[in-house]
Amino acid sequence: MAMVSDAPKGNFRLSMLIYDTRYRSITIQVIVLGLFIAFVAWLLMNLQANLAAKDKDISYNFLFNRAGYDIDQQLIPYTNDSTHGRALFVGLFNTLAVSIAACFAATLIGVTAGVLRLSKNWIVGRLMTVYVEVFRNVPLLLWILLAFSIFAQVMPEPKDFKVTQEMVDQGLEPPVQKIFFDSIAITNRGTNVPAPVLDRPLGSFLVLDVPINLSVLAAIAVILGSFWVNSRIRASAKAIQEDTGFRPVTWWKSLLVLIVPITALLLALGFHWEIPAFAVGENGVSKGFNFVGGISLAHSFTALFLALSIYHGTYIAEAVRAGILAISRGQTEAAYALGMRPNRTMNLIILPQALRVIVPPLISQYLNITKNSTLGMAISYLDLKGTLGGITLNQTGRELECMLLMMLIYLFLSLTISVGMNIFNNSVKLKER
Amino acid sequence: MSNSHFVRTQMLPAQKPPVGETGVIKWMRENLFSSWFNAILTFIGMWAVYSLVSSSAPWFLNGVWTASSVDECRAIIAASAGEGASGACWAMINERWHQFMFGFFDREEYWRPLLAFALLFVALSPVLYFNLRRPTMIMVGGAGAVLVLLLWAVGTDGWHLSLAAAVMAALAALAWFAPKHLLWVTLAFPATAFFLLWGGSVWAPIGVMAGFGIAVLVWRALNGFIGVAPAALIAALVAFIWWGLVQSFVTEAMSQALPYFSLPAEDSDRFGGFLLSFVIGVSAISASLPIGILLALGRRSDMFLIKTLSVGFIEFVRGVPLITMLFTASLLLQYFLPPQTNFDLILRVIILVSLFASAYIAEVIRGGLAALPRGQQEAADSLGLDYWQAQRLIIMPQALKVAIPGIVSSFIGLFKDTTLVALVGLADPLQGITKVVKADIAWKAAYWEPFIFVGAIFFIFCFSMSRYSMYLEQKLKTDHH
Repeated sequence: MAMVSDAPKGNFRLSMLIYDTRYRSITIQVIVLGLFIAFVAWLLMNLQANLAAKDKDISYNFLFNRAGYDIDQQLIPYTNDSTHGRALFVGLFNTLAVSIAACFAATLIGVTAGVLRLSKNWIVGRLMTVYVEVFRNVPLLLWILLAFSIFAQVMPEPKDFKVTQEMVDQGLEPPVQKIFFDSIAITNRGTNVPAPVLDRPLGSFLVLDVPINLSVLAAIAVILGSFWVNSRIRASAKAIQEDTGFRPVTWWKSLLVLIVPITALLLALGFHWEIPAFAVGENGVSKGFNFVGGISLAHSFTALFLALSIYHGTYIAEAVRAGILAISRGQTEAAYALGMRPNRTMNLIILPQALRVIVPPLISQYLNITKNSTLGMAISYLDLKGTLGGITLNQTGRELECMLLMMLIYLFLSLTISVGMNIFNNSVKLKER
Repeated sequence: MSNSHFVRTQMLPAQKPPVGETGVIKWMRENLFSSWFNAILTFIGMWAVYSLVSSSAPWFLNGVWTASSVDECRAIIAASAGEGASGACWAMINERWHQFMFGFFDREEYWRPLLAFALLFVALSPVLYFNLRRPTMIMVGGAGAVLVLLLWAVGTDGWHLSLAAAVMAALAALAWFAPKHLLWVTLAFPATAFFLLWGGSVWAPIGVMAGFGIAVLVWRALNGFIGVAPAALIAALVAFIWWGLVQSFVTEAMSQALPYFSLPAEDSDRFGGFLLSFVIGVSAISASLPIGILLALGRRSDMFLIKTLSVGFIEFVRGVPLITMLFTASLLLQYFLPPQTNFDLILRVIILVSLFASAYIAEVIRGGLAALPRGQQEAADSLGLDYWQAQRLIIMPQALKVAIPGIVSSFIGLFKDTTLVALVGLADPLQGITKVVKADIAWKAAYWEPFIFVGAIFFIFCFSMSRYSMYLEQKLKTDHH
């Protein structure tokens, strides 16, 4: 009986590079590498020839030249005398601002809509279905343009909020009032919201020309500290529960720890809201042309934020719904059999398991929100695409450098988000041995 | 003892259930008012529906369909519904729908995009129902009937109407007698659609297709001797030589010799509206499917270099926004091509969008591949199938089936994203065409009508596609849970 041992160790022949599977993969890889290098070399040669023909070079020195354009929403100080590099960072921070805000809002909307769509309530379930299907089957760009048009066309002019002499004489109110406890004014020029103001701020210092606000740092430190103490309290309560079987009442301790320190800090700093209003002349007549005080949010920001969060909220709602439906009915029934009420069943049994299914699509939605924030370009929101890939590109004429830098920054953002969220995903995922 | 005992000898008739346990009341108690929280939700929901309907219904009901300007619309509304009433001015859509649909094509050329659209369904039919007579026949016949109706509705002249009807009738006959051979229509569709849409001489698209034909012949000839991949490589080289060096002379000579078959050439800036969306969407998704399959296989490959290149490409493309790809098409591509090559912006956009979509399709297909048990690959190996045979006969049919919903939703996403081409200056239906229409002083004040019209059309297409993919998913499901 012939035994088949290892493959025959004959002499190496050249044809084995093609016919022998052990060597073929090497051949293929060498050929692919050769083709790839040839392709890249061809691109680079073309690039060189094109640059020579246009008498251009590749240089990033323009980042240190004066930008010369204004950006209306700036999270770090910027004037039109600043450099293109600084404009890049202003744009980057604007991208981050609208993306982070939209991620939070979309999660909120999505989780609510996803849970409500599964509700036994007929009318609410149907309404949520209509919301999800209508908003996700129509292009995002339409929602952005529509939101912007509504703000710019439908909202009242600032002068409609004014109190005139005649109104004072006849005891009338102005035609439009501020909403939300008389604090927010939406006009066709912008949305005026109250601004947090400190009477006795701690001051700030400059790092790389960016002011770091000490008061904000202090508030963050106090809040983090409170959360840490609270987690210690809960941990000790849990230890007692494991020991004795009784859980000590902790809610008032938690409440105290979470609320008192930050309130004390804010009181010490003299915190209050500055509400946008017209300057008031004698006997209550408004003066000036627009609101003073508060923060004026440009419509480009508000519209982009609203459209992104409502549009991506539908995708998150579908992810949440799919996640909850993926948990078998037996889990709910088992929880009911143990005597749990529906709310606690949802919080303690269904959601923790559903989270494993929900988190991966959630990550990709966060990535999509960040990437889709570039659509703000259609309504002149000056994010990274608007500054570096828009005005800077057009002014300096350096398409190659601007586009490459911008793509790399977006790539970096995406990779950062996906790495961070994957760490989170690993922490909630089922621990298997 | 008194005989006061009573024993019932007959059964009582069944009583009616309590009022609260039947019919509408029971349904309402269970579905609307099962708890106080639900009752609150119900009232909030009813209030939301009421406020939505009451605020928008008059606007829709007062809509005016025939007028020559927004001012005239307003005058009609004021006359019929009273001073200060608001209403939609659908007259704008009535007057300009053809621009939203066909961009800037001449009216007498509308039969070309419509015929191409109908041929798209003919080309799809053998892909969806290979060699099944009835469904392909229904699809081809249905496309033909709808095409004739549409052609009649846009007022095509009799000669082109009968030409289109004859073409569709011939294809229906083909579907009936030899449904297998419809696949040739699918293969010829890209060139046919290009010829119908862009026009010009018929020999240029034929020349391009001939390159593919030559490649297939070379591959067939070499496949038996040197294996699949090397043969494909050489075939691709030969095809590139044909396209790069030989083709232009041949097509030139042919169009000199036989100059009869040609359509008026359409410039790319005449493309717009949903025509543009469909051209970009359909060509990008069909180009991205094969590339995506190759990338997905590359990502799962054992070969380090191939895997690295695939992962690098997929992750790079998925990490950057589509807009940057579009701007690459409009600004950057010219730097990386030989000097003085200058081709059409739509074509550049299609290339970049295809590359963009292929990265997403690759991930969808990788998901399908991952869902297959390893035993399938091992079974194929034990039968002695080589890599490509195993992929073609065992792995891909199953993986693609699992991936269908993902592919359809990628296509829906891509179709919606075609509106972004407005940002590089093409006339998409949403922004580009709306701008053109509103440049007319008569329609300047129409803000909401274009949004609603374009949004409704997108909704109809995307919603029906997503429902179709859900139906397909149910139908193709072969497991038992």
